[in-house]
Amino acid sequence: MSDPSAAAYEAVIGLEVHVHLKTRSKVFCGCPASFGAPPNTNVCPVCLGLPGSLPVLNEAALRSALLAGLMLGCRIAPFSKFDRKNYFYPDLPKNYQISQYDLPLCAGGGLEIEADGRRRRIGITRVHLEEDAGRLVHTEGGAGGSGVDFNRTGVPLLEIVSEPELRGPEEAVAYLKELRRTLRYIGVSDCDMEKGSLRCDANVSIRPRGAAALGVKVEVKNMNSFRAVGKALAHEIERQARALAEGERIARETRLWEAEAGVTRPMRGKEEAHDYRYFPDPDLVPVVPAAALVEELRASLPEPPLRRRDRFADRYGLPAYDAEVLTAERETADYFEACVAAGAEPKAASNLIMGEMLRLLKEAGIPIREAKVAPAGIAELTRLVAAGEVSGTAAKEVFAEMFAAGRGAEEIVRARGLAQLSDEGELERVVGEVLRANPQSAADYRAGKAKALGFIVGRVMKATKGRANPGLVNKILKKALG
Amino acid sequence: MTIGRDEVEHVARLARLRLTDEERERFTAQLAAILDYVRKLNEIDTAGVEPTAHVLPLRNVTRPDEVRPSLEREGVLRLAPRADDGFIMVPRVIE
Ligand SMILES: [Zn+2]
Repeated sequence: MSDPSAAAYEAVIGLEVHVHLKTRSKVFCGCPASFGAPPNTNVCPVCLGLPGSLPVLNEAALRSALLAGLMLGCRIAPFSKFDRKNYFYPDLPKNYQISQYDLPLCAGGGLEIEADGRRRRIGITRVHLEEDAGRLVHTEGGAGGSGVDFNRTGVPLLEIVSEPELRGPEEAVAYLKELRRTLRYIGVSDCDMEKGSLRCDANVSIRPRGAAALGVKVEVKNMNSFRAVGKALAHEIERQARALAEGERIARETRLWEAEAGVTRPMRGKEEAHDYRYFPDPDLVPVVPAAALVEELRASLPEPPLRRRDRFADRYGLPAYDAEVLTAERETADYFEACVAAGAEPKAASNLIMGEMLRLLKEAGIPIREAKVAPAGIAELTRLVAAGEVSGTAAKEVFAEMFAAGRGAEEIVRARGLAQLSDEGELERVVGEVLRANPQSAADYRAGKAKALGFIVGRVMKATKGRANPGLVNKILKKALG
Repeated sequence: MTIGRDEVEHVARLARLRLTDEERERFTAQLAAILDYVRKLNEIDTAGVEPTAHVLPLRNVTRPDEVRPSLEREGVLRLAPRADDGFIMVPRVIE
């Protein structure tokens, strides 16, 4: 924070995150929960709230919600129910949202995060299941007014509320990213902020550093990317600090982040309506999660990403950076471990995956499970490199071919003549030719210009199409030039 | 708790109802009478009685995650006072 007044205060931030659950159908009806359909084509009497319709809970949405709660270390409620949250807004056809009020499915968890190199556990107050609202489109001119698309109405949403324990924008962003990684690990949501499947609102207050009492809470909305969250929170903290330093009072209000202007502004209207008159939804019966189901889900939980990262560094001796990249997605981490299990040297496998593999996957726009290179192929290639049969440079070429054609490493090496040239007599002949063709470089090297050696090695590599064994070339050259 | 004109006004605003003075008087009296009637429940000793979340003795009613056909759009749009280009049109909402 650049503002000096900000240093006298500390921020207290709580995040309220909404994620779309990846189900086929909506949470209370059979309409598709998918995106991108023409407006108002994924709607039915239930999600439109037509009279006489009855919502019924989607089993998969319930499982996903419980799984997420368990992954986040929550207690599963022995008895839970759905409530109506009543308010009027054009994106809400029933004039109430089915949500959970006093008996959420999951409560009392936490998430370990890493920010500024330090680990901290952030408490999670509650995790509950609810339905999303529709989408409003504001058109310019034409028919005027706003257009409503009810396709999103009733898509299952998980609301995850953190304790007000985040101490700054960096921690808030770290929490959000860790939450995203964690939920993606269990496959319950894509958590894509750009596509709106992860949305985040923040409660921000500040207090004099060291004070126990909390300041006045301001809700910040409309942050559409991780970057926006970081910038909006930094701005809001600074705004509040400046206001307090100037003797102003902080108003308890909702503010919207305006990315282009780089400021938060008070939201107009809607404030008085914060009287939601929650009551149990009589159309939906209570949920009493079966102990057997909860235990089945608990037993299926994967190792959390942060712990897996630590284990990758410990067990495979990988640098912290490698461990972080490889464990960012569960599929990548699984793939890496399959390579090691197939006999690949860990660091060599890590280099191939982080370098060539992730780059080619990105270019092809496919997930790692669709890659044609099997973990055994990675193991084979790293073995060839370690045995000196293929040079590091040629390995990249071999890998590209494995990726494109799905053929084995040895087969490609043979077919394309990429085997490393380690025949001393042959290399001496090539070195001799290169030195005769570049007498000036040879003289430079003898005169003490160490750099000239690199140039000569480059020529030898070129003459052998990158196949020359670099260690051997160096040895022969030093002898010839010595 | 007795109900006064302020509560009636507040509830009416939440329900987006505009009441005339005459209606406000009438509803104040009627709502007060209803609350009085329900107040009888206060005479029952509910110590040790579990709160009721639902009147049916049912739990865990779920459906499998299967897609069923949605409604045909033209019919849906006909339910709305105004539609345009597949959207249901409402007065402009300013965020
Ligand atoms: Zn529906």
